[in-house]
Amino acid sequence: MTVLIKNGRVIDPANNIDAPKDVLIDKGKIKAVESPGKISTGDLKNSSTIDAKDCVVCPGFIDMHVHFREPGFEYKETIESGCQSAAAGGFTSVAVMPNTNPVNDTRSVTELMLSLAKTKGIINVYAIGAITQGLAGERLSEMADLKDAGAIAFSDDGCPVMNNELMRRAFEYSKMFKLPLIQHSEMLDLTEGGCMNEGTVSTELGLKGMPVEAEDIMVYRDIALLEKTGGRLHVAHVSSRNSVDLVRQAKAKGLPVTCEVAPHHFILTDEAVRGYDTNTKMSPPLRTRKDVEHIKEGLRDGTIDIIATDHAPHDITDKQVEYQNACFGIVGLETALPLTLKLVDEKIFSMSDAIKKLTSTPADIFNLNAGNLSLGKGADISIFNPDFKYSINVSKFHSKSKNSPFDGWQVKGKVLHTLVRGKIVYSAAEN
Amino acid sequence: MFKSKNILGTKDLLKDDIITILDTADAFKEVSTRPIKKVPTLRGRTVINLFFEPSTRTRTSFEIAGKRLSADVINISGATSSTVKGENIIDTAQNLEAMNPDIIIIRHSLSGVAEMISQFIECPIINAGDGYHEHPTQALLDLYTIREAKGSLKGLNVIIVGDIAHSRVVRSNIYAMKTMGMNIKLIGPPTMIPVEIKSMGVCVDYYLEDAVRDADVIMMLRLQTERQNKFLLSSLREYSNLFCLTSKILKKAKKDVLIFHPGPVNRGIEISPDVMESTRSLILKQVTNGVAVRMALMYLLLGGNNDSIN
Repeated sequence: MTVLIKNGRVIDPANNIDAPKDVLIDKGKIKAVESPGKISTGDLKNSSTIDAKDCVVCPGFIDMHVHFREPGFEYKETIESGCQSAAAGGFTSVAVMPNTNPVNDTRSVTELMLSLAKTKGIINVYAIGAITQGLAGERLSEMADLKDAGAIAFSDDGCPVMNNELMRRAFEYSKMFKLPLIQHSEMLDLTEGGCMNEGTVSTELGLKGMPVEAEDIMVYRDIALLEKTGGRLHVAHVSSRNSVDLVRQAKAKGLPVTCEVAPHHFILTDEAVRGYDTNTKMSPPLRTRKDVEHIKEGLRDGTIDIIATDHAPHDITDKQVEYQNACFGIVGLETALPLTLKLVDEKIFSMSDAIKKLTSTPADIFNLNAGNLSLGKGADISIFNPDFKYSINVSKFHSKSKNSPFDGWQVKGKVLHTLVRGKIVYSAAEN
Repeated sequence: MFKSKNILGTKDLLKDDIITILDTADAFKEVSTRPIKKVPTLRGRTVINLFFEPSTRTRTSFEIAGKRLSADVINISGATSSTVKGENIIDTAQNLEAMNPDIIIIRHSLSGVAEMISQFIECPIINAGDGYHEHPTQALLDLYTIREAKGSLKGLNVIIVGDIAHSRVVRSNIYAMKTMGMNIKLIGPPTMIPVEIKSMGVCVDYYLEDAVRDADVIMMLRLQTERQNKFLLSSLREYSNLFCLTSKILKKAKKDVLIFHPGPVNRGIEISPDVMESTRSLILKQVTNGVAVRMALMYLLLGGNNDSIN
């Protein structure tokens, strides 16, 4: 079985390709990437063709930060529905966070997740194991076992490791496994009861604020510990101007630090919270215009390595409540592309750089065999029309949950096909 | 004419709206002094008092206001509502709306609840206090009482003293007083004053004794005594040493300064008993006027206009 993708603009940052090319897939692998018209399917049996006219053809996107809620919270999302949501957003690989119930802090949970992904998931799923048992911040998890079961990184996402000594030991212990620690940076004692960024808007709305310093302090602490111990640090969803600066400085020192940003943190500010729409409640919270400007600069100069969505589906019963009581987070996978393309329009980075932050760079950081269109590689491919205009409609989301502040937004950039190992796992409905 | 569908806060009230409300309250105030304290204005109308947070003064004031207008007033408290059985607050509101009330009055301990509910139901809503956000009827009765005592509002200097951060009364008063051209200074320990509050167009200071000198109105706020457990205070003793309005401090103030407190008062912590009972204290006038202001709001929300009251 062969597939020819023709007439597209192939962008493959890892191989420095950005040109009109045709892509031939055979037996699920990249067989050829050639100038338009050079590949003929005439003599190939069982072949099909995808016309990618006006489209970008690129490696499937990789999201290193998603919550698929299974096991434990299947009413919000399952691995199956999460994968469908990912495919609809052009993602072919995701890494699932361990804050499930039970927590992914043991081999058996990792194995369960990966086996569910294999049987029910239409894209590649990687598992992130917990840093501490039960995300309780008291004892290290069995990292060797987790890695052996397939974990590709460790994180207590959502329950940041507050104890300094424990974090130091986590860096040291994880060195044996050469896997990064991903930190959701938030000093919880500064944010207790908080539900949005502390600032002018929180003051007016009478909502308890989460000061930006809660993030800055933990980013600084982790970099300081890393400098002492070695290991690797990946800072999850940076949202503050100072954390961008801190990562920039750490990189300048040559420290093994990487970081990600979520699209909502470069698109929205805390002004969006006015009106108390609980779909604007996320952690870290939406910050200020100034923070957004720093984040864009960090994306431009490479301080921010990758874009990750922090896909956090929540059922309406968890969101249609008092702002203070609503769950944190939004559906991210199905809006990531058009939101990222806004920055291409703003000339923050090129289309190729945008795709790089969604493909080859996350693959490099987490050592995944994905993120490029090299010959012989599994054909994980995203095909999108960057100029296609439409309005975001949450009721059409493939995710089980519909919590997004972007409902009704007019955007540009639509995924038309997503392929995993050469097989079409998603095609946009005719419209 | 008065166009608001709901009274969620004072932020969006125009100067003319506020004047209309205060003038209307003027007309209604007399009703409460009659031997038969009732007018037929809202006969056949239904007003629901939906209080998710304990309240004596505000709930009673709304109830009396409704009854003096001949409305049927139903009281629902958090303890008796279905939300304690796990019902979603929006479902609660929609169920009440299904019984065709004319106004729902909502008090809740969390910010934004009245506004959220207003997005799900058509029935007019009056916010009777939401979290630390707004308490518009309190601010309006404060303005009414100030205007009654001073004759006008523009240019008056107001100091508001105490736990600014956790006060909905402050936010509503800031918006309303700014709209009416008054000057506001906030006084309290920095732990209880939000870092960004100056963006709301107010001054901030920490020293009560200095601040009282220029004040035309001193508004003391209730201190929730459990706050000392949250690192905000060293002790109640020190708080009252620094921020209690005593007759000694009052000596530095203008002779005709007015003293306000939204209640309930912690005697001896925010205000010394003798100051509370002095002629400058309008605390009980605030309560009396609250009924008239709330009568005016119900009347205006249901389409009445100021010219037709008699």
